[in-house]
Amino acid sequence: MDVVSRGFSGRRSPENAKLPPGQYLTTGFPVLSAGPTPHVPLDRWEFTIDDGTHVLRRWDWKSFRDLPSETFTVDLHCVTRWSKLGTSWEGVSLDTILADVETDASYALARSYGDYTTNLPLKDLRNKQAWIAFRFDGKDLAPEHGGPARLLVPHLYLWKSAKWIRGITLMPHDKPGFWEGLGYHNYGDPWREQRYSGDQ
Amino acid sequence: MAGTALFGRPVMWRIGTVVALHDETATARTITLEVPDWPGHIAGQHVDVRVTAPDGYSAVRSYSIASPPNSHGRVEITVERLPNGEVSPYLTQVVAAGDRLELRGPIGSWFVWRTEQTEPIQLIAGGSGIVPLMAIIRSRASVGSIAPFRLLYSVREPRTSFYREELQALSDKDHSLSITYAYTRVAPSDGPRPPGRIDASVIASATWPSNLAPTCYVCGPTSFVESASDLLSASGNDRDKIRTERFGSTGERK
Amino acid sequence: MISATYDYLDGNAAAGELSKVFAMDVTAAEGQCAHCGAIKRFADTHVYMQSPGVVARCAVCQHVLLRLVSIRQRVFLDLRGMTYLTFDSAHDRPSEPTHSAS
Repeated sequence: MDVVSRGFSGRRSPENAKLPPGQYLTTGFPVLSAGPTPHVPLDRWEFTIDDGTHVLRRWDWKSFRDLPSETFTVDLHCVTRWSKLGTSWEGVSLDTILADVETDASYALARSYGDYTTNLPLKDLRNKQAWIAFRFDGKDLAPEHGGPARLLVPHLYLWKSAKWIRGITLMPHDKPGFWEGLGYHNYGDPWREQRYSGDQ
Repeated sequence: MAGTALFGRPVMWRIGTVVALHDETATARTITLEVPDWPGHIAGQHVDVRVTAPDGYSAVRSYSIASPPNSHGRVEITVERLPNGEVSPYLTQVVAAGDRLELRGPIGSWFVWRTEQTEPIQLIAGGSGIVPLMAIIRSRASVGSIAPFRLLYSVREPRTSFYREELQALSDKDHSLSITYAYTRVAPSDGPRPPGRIDASVIASATWPSNLAPTCYVCGPTSFVESASDLLSASGNDRDKIRTERFGSTGERK
Repeated sequence: MISATYDYLDGNAAAGELSKVFAMDVTAAEGQCAHCGAIKRFADTHVYMQSPGVVARCAVCQHVLLRLVSIRQRVFLDLRGMTYLTFDSAHDRPSEPTHSAS
């Protein structure tokens, strides 16, 4: 319909920043979820890398936090059209996580506490493109934003940055995750506006 | 289109024009919309309202219909302004008479009260959850039903309650409608109970005994609805006689 | 490990979106969870709508019952989480003859 609501602009900032096509700058940090927020006690948290059959690596919270971490600042782009620029995080690079993992797999399935999954090419997790993040804006990552730890892959739409990450399965063949199997783009590059399946 | 199909009828977007605005409290406003092709509605139903910015960005929110079934093609919604809301500040502070809103509905077939229902009815409202229950109360009044009704209305303090005078007037002249307020933050010093959340003792003293098999309607924020429903169930009401509508954690349905 | 945070809506909130594909209002329909077998009114399912799509979950076991995604002119619907959904036309009667002004 073509009804325009006089005077409505939503929660968006009028700033004119460089954004991917179709995105709007937001001042807040919207919480979008497909299910209840898991509350994972740190003494039971673990993160694993597996190949679908065998667990290749496992970290509990202590051994995970003993890994070298880094602080970084990135822009976030959600497929629901909001973008948040210059967000600051601390996390462990996937390059560190995958350092001596030997695999022929080309694809990865990120798995969350709860039942959320999302798939991406393994190479998109390497080369300083992805982190397991546990601090946001100088504080421990809050549960509603994916804490204790979430995957962060800022060069793709934010649905690929699985909250409440519990593991990554390495796969020889691609398999769609929670949203990729229901109409969302398999890859999700915001700069090519790859929101939905069928988008070039 | 209406009345002939056994299964359903299409739910489409229609355009409503704002014809009246009325402040219920400092933060809540009732908007009256004239919808020329409105198919009619049943008390308890809601509409989805869509607002669109000039650049095409749009947002959709659900609002319960406050007005009873009527033949004037008019729909009233009462909107509470949420502190971090995206749509409610616009609806309660910017929208003016003559503006147009898109609405889809009426929606709902479970959380509804039909005037042919004669059994005792227990209504429990938490905050803005009073809106669909008020439509039910108004519907009952408009047909002169004498179905026994009780309303338990939980709200922070007297000045944050909606429809106060109208509820008072209705219960004054109709003794088969009784209303109990449960204030959670500030209660009148001469009131029957100190401020506090609804608990088993409030249910026991203010609601229909479960052996009367009332049909119960509970509406408000999600945590309120879960708590009140559990209390009703614990006091002997069958779960299938407890109808619920949850407004989320902030009270805004989105 | 999953505790209640009361941030969900219920089946009433999803009914508008679901009216795109269902001829009858879903709120009064009863569905059986394919995971735990619980049978509930759709109005009592836990619904998450602040996401790329609508997700309805079983109030008992939290498994996904139904997912709906609306993308441009297309709707995707996943109903694998329910063994069945049953509709009684008695609930979906249109509104009564309208009343005179009150």
